[in-house]
Parts: sequence; C-alpha cells; structure tokens
Amino acid sequence: MKKELSIFDNPKNVKKLLIIFYCSLVILLIAEFFIHPHPAFFFEHVKGFSAVYGFFSCVMLIFLAKILRLIVMKKENYYDK
Amino acid sequence: MTSNMIPPAIIFILAAFLIPFLKGKTKSIYMLLIPVATFYVLVNIPYGNIWTYEFWGYNLILGRIDKLSMIFGYIFTIMAFLGILFALKVKDDLQHVSAIVYAGATLGVVLAGDFLSLYLFWEIMAVSSTFLIIASRTRASREAGFRYILVHLIGGLFLLAGIVLYTQKTGTIAFDYIGLTGIESYLIFIGIALNAAAIPLHAWLPDAYPNGTPTSTVFLSAFTTKSAVYLLIRTFPGADLLIWIGAFMVFVPIFYAVLENDIRRVLAYSLLNQIGFMLVGIGIGTQLALNGAVAHAFCHILYKGLLFMAAGSVLQMTGKIKCTEIGGLYKTMPLTCLFCIVGAASISAFPLFSGFVSKSMIVTATVNEKMVFVYLILQFASAGVFHHAGIKVPFFTFFGHDSGIRAKDPSWNMTLAMGIAAFACIFIGVFPQPLYNLLPFIVDYVPYTGAHVVGQLQLLMFGALAFALLILSGYYPPEIKSINLDVDWSYRKLGRGAYIVMDRGLNLINRVSESVLMGVVKGVVSFFKSAAAKIALFVSVNIWLLLGYRGKRLEIKKNRLYNDILEGTLPIGIGAAVAISFILLMFILT
Repeated sequence: MKKELSIFDNPKNVKKLLIIFYCSLVILLIAEFFIHPHPAFFFEHVKGFSAVYGFFSCVMLIFLAKILRLIVMKKENYYDK
Repeated sequence: MTSNMIPPAIIFILAAFLIPFLKGKTKSIYMLLIPVATFYVLVNIPYGNIWTYEFWGYNLILGRIDKLSMIFGYIFTIMAFLGILFALKVKDDLQHVSAIVYAGATLGVVLAGDFLSLYLFWEIMAVSSTFLIIASRTRASREAGFRYILVHLIGGLFLLAGIVLYTQKTGTIAFDYIGLTGIESYLIFIGIALNAAAIPLHAWLPDAYPNGTPTSTVFLSAFTTKSAVYLLIRTFPGADLLIWIGAFMVFVPIFYAVLENDIRRVLAYSLLNQIGFMLVGIGIGTQLALNGAVAHAFCHILYKGLLFMAAGSVLQMTGKIKCTEIGGLYKTMPLTCLFCIVGAASISAFPLFSGFVSKSMIVTATVNEKMVFVYLILQFASAGVFHHAGIKVPFFTFFGHDSGIRAKDPSWNMTLAMGIAAFACIFIGVFPQPLYNLLPFIVDYVPYTGAHVVGQLQLLMFGALAFALLILSGYYPPEIKSINLDVDWSYRKLGRGAYIVMDRGLNLINRVSESVLMGVVKGVVSFFKSAAAKIALFVSVNIWLLLGYRGKRLEIKKNRLYNDILEGTLPIGIGAAVAISFILLMFILT
C-alpha cells in the first residue's frame, strides 16, 4: 500500500509553514515601496492600505457572521418539524 | 456550409435519447463525442443569424451568432465535456440523459435570437435540471427538487408574461437590448434574474444544488445561472439596479458561506457571491465592465465546476461532505486536494490564477466610474471570498482535524476532469490573452501591473493572516451541525403556516357553507318528496270517502299509500292512475 502523506502531523512542519507565511507578509509590505504606485482612490496613497483593509475585512466578516449565527442558525431537522 | 449543420441544442437533445440504448465503452465514447461534435459546429459557423425558421408567422432564430453568444457557447460546451467526463462511470441513465438535455437546452438559450425558442429552451432547462436534483433519490433531494421546479415555473411565468407583452408592443419576437423601461421589461427582468439567483430571488440555489448527486451538481453549478447572466448582458446592460443587486450579492452570501457546515452549501453561497461580481459588471455597463462580466463568467464556470468536482469526489469517496464529519483527507486524496487548492486559488483571484485576470476587470471598471462605495464592497468581498472559498473549503476538507477517514482519490475519469479544469484555470491566469481575444469588446486592459499584483496579494494574504490568528486563538466560529435560515424560509415555514391558516380558515368557511347548503337542500328535497305523497293522499282520500271508506279501513289505506309513495315501492301503474285520476278530478271539478 502506498504510504500516506502526513507532513502536517508534525507540529514542526506547521510551524515552518507559518514562519514562511509571516515572512511573505513582511515581503509584501516592503515590496510596495519598490513598485510604481497606481492608486485607485485617495485612500490608496497610504502604504499598506490593502493589507489593513484585507485584515479588517476578514475580522469584521467573522465578527458579523458570529452575530448572524445567533439569528439564523437552527437545528438540522428544523424544516422537518 | 451551415445548412448541413445541426444547431448545437438539437445535437445535444436528440443525441441524449440514444444513451439508454448503448452500453460499456461505446456509451462512454458516444457521450464524450456529443460536446466534441458540438464544439466542431461552433468553431465552423459564421457570424450572423442562422438556423432561422418560419413558425406561425413568427421568425424563429436558433442561431444568433456573435462574439457574445459564441464565448458562452464555447464555455458551456467545454463544461458539458468536463461534466460528462466526470460523470462517465455513473450507472444511472436518467442522470446522463437529463444532464445532456440540460446542457443542450442551455446552448439553445444562449444561441436563441427570438423569445419563442428562448422560452422553449428555458423551460426544458428547468425541467431537465430538476431531474438532476432528484437524482440523489433521497427524501431531501425530492423535496428540494419539488421546491426548485415550483420556483422556476413561477419565474418562467414572469418571463412568459413579459414576452407576451413585449411581443404585443414591438410586434416581433426577436430581441436584443431591452433596458428597464416598461412593465414588460420588468417582468422579463424578474424572470431572468430569478435564474441568475439574484437576491432576493436566490434561495432556490443553496436549497437545491447541495442536494444533487456528486456528479450532477457539477452540471447544475455551470448552466442555469450563467445562461441568465448571458441574457442579462444581452438585454439589460447598464441597468443601475443590477449594480445594487450585485453589490448586495457579493456581500451577504459570504457571511452564510462562513457559517455553513455543508461544503457544497458553502460553494453554493460563494457561487451567489461570484454572480454578484458579474451583475455589478453588467450594471456598470461600460465595455470594460461587460468584458469583465463575460470573462468572469467564463473563468467562474471552470473554477466553480472544479470546486464542485472536488467536493463531489470527496462525497463520492467518503459518503460525507460536512465540515464536522470530514478533515485530514490530504493524506490519502492528494490529487483531489491539489486540484481543490487550484480551484480555491482561482476563485480567490490569486495572481497567476484565472479569477485574477477576470474579476480585476470588473473592479477596475468601478474605479473608472468613480464608484468608491461599490469598490470598497468588492474589495471586502474579495478578501471574504478568499477567506471562505479559498481557505475554508480546502482547510476543513483536506486539513483541519483528522477525521480518520482514509478515502482514496476517485476514479481516473473524475481525476482527469479535475486535472483538465485545473490546468485551464492556471493557463488562463498565466496567459489571459486567448481569453481576452474571445471577449465581445476589444480589450485594452493589462492585469499584471506591479501595483495590482502587490495590492491584491496584500489584500488576500492579510485576510489569510486574520484567518490564521482567529483559528489559532479559537475565536473562529466552530463548525456546528446546523442549517442557516435564508429567504426560502418564507415559502417553507411561512408557506406551511399559510397552509394551516388556509386549512383552518377556508375549510371552516367550507364546512359552514356545506352545512347551510345541505340543510336547505335537505329541507327542499324532503318537501318535494312528501309533496307527491300529500297530493296523492288528498286526491285518494276524497275518492275513498266518496266510495264509502270510513274509520280504521281508511286509516290503513292512507298509511299504505303514504309509505308506498315515499319508499318508491308504488307500482308505476298506480302512480299513473293517481295522476290520471288527479287530472280527471280537475276536469270534473272545473
């Protein structure tokens, strides 16, 4: 039988992956200083606007989704009752 | 050249009905050849109106061939091929036949140049797709299929009403740009928007699609909504209303996608979100925006098909598809995992993947039109898409907690179909020019600029950072076995409530009217029933008195006659005699 993959069972590998991920974030922030800027609107003159917007979009998304869950979540057999 | 070619829709629909008579390899090759033959026809037909027929004084146009209809014709044929390849080993002719008829009807809708043939193919699409939903043969799928067909028949009626009014007003069934002007245009708009799953007419989609079989959902995800997107581009480009519907659609479904437990429902909500991008593009209506909407529909069909194929593979091999029940599948399904990640990267619009070169056209169009608010919503949604479809779907399916399931990659044909779709996603992302050449307007757009790539990557990667931090901190909403209410609640729960109200209310009226009516009728009937007896008695008693009957003998005679008449046991001769004697009496007395 073929050996199954298990690289992510080792916490060391997960940690390595996270470090690579964090490094790529830093590189992206630095890269913005070396490209020809092409701002769409006035607020995009601020360096790192996309990064901040992306981060807070996802935080807001989760925050609002948790509130929404209080309203719309029902048991799986809700419609069968 | 064209006279000896058959319209693509007819090829598909006629060819479908031979499938049940074929077996084994012949059947597989035959099914794969249907889209190949159609593709050959599409490549070889000239532009213009072809396959026109006279029908009851109306001109049917089965082939309106221009750049807009052709690009949709190509992608639907390609997707039909991939879907057939993916479903090749399914041992259920009903699914094969309905899937191929469905694909054919969609091609019919896309190429139709007149409303009559459009409506015909539109309804074939609704019916054949219903069979794909109920093909799971579960109670849930049957009920969802029933709701699906009801909703679509109502949508079809709106379209038909609009078509009738439109035809009466313009005197022709041919159509092109309509625009939101009169009542007929709004009726047509509602009919098409329902098929595009435009909010608030969207609930049928996340209700029905996740109930399909592992393979039929792939077909469903491609055809109905995108053929409606095509029609909106054709008939309502630049309708401001679509910008707002679209902006709402990119925004709201992502919250549901975050909460949903069923992977295919997550994908259904992200499908709504992606259509939202297209509707914004159509609503803006500039050449760049319309190009963007078309390109995005093209790419979307491929990567969404790919994602549904990956989800279908997981469902096929494990029998499970809920986040709470699966996880850690990368260990034994590495290829499916890899293809799923390609699909996820494409839908998230990562640079070098297909979504990047199409979605960014729509976003740039909002910039050109100075729509700050819409731009910010689209950017928010872009981060959100990456969050739920780009990360959540692969993460909870193939990584996350190890469910202990050790399912293998699916059969060669399913893997190959995913492989081709994944290849196409990357190819378009790296070489967008062939796709741009197919678009309806000349493309003057460069997706790969430094600012755009870095900006998009920042948006996505810092969204991913938020996901990572929330997962690690435990704040991320846990996967719970649950369902989330959507507007289908109105016709599923309220509908049931309305039924109870109708039952109690209207049936009460029924019962009251029944008792009143029956009382009156009974009274009248019994009056007329005894009336004959009473008249007969009146006549007879007088005769009997004349004849000298008195006392007890008269009583006995009266009772016997009365009962005989009431029970109908009176010989007809006596009845006749009574009648005649009655007439005689009248004659004598007057």
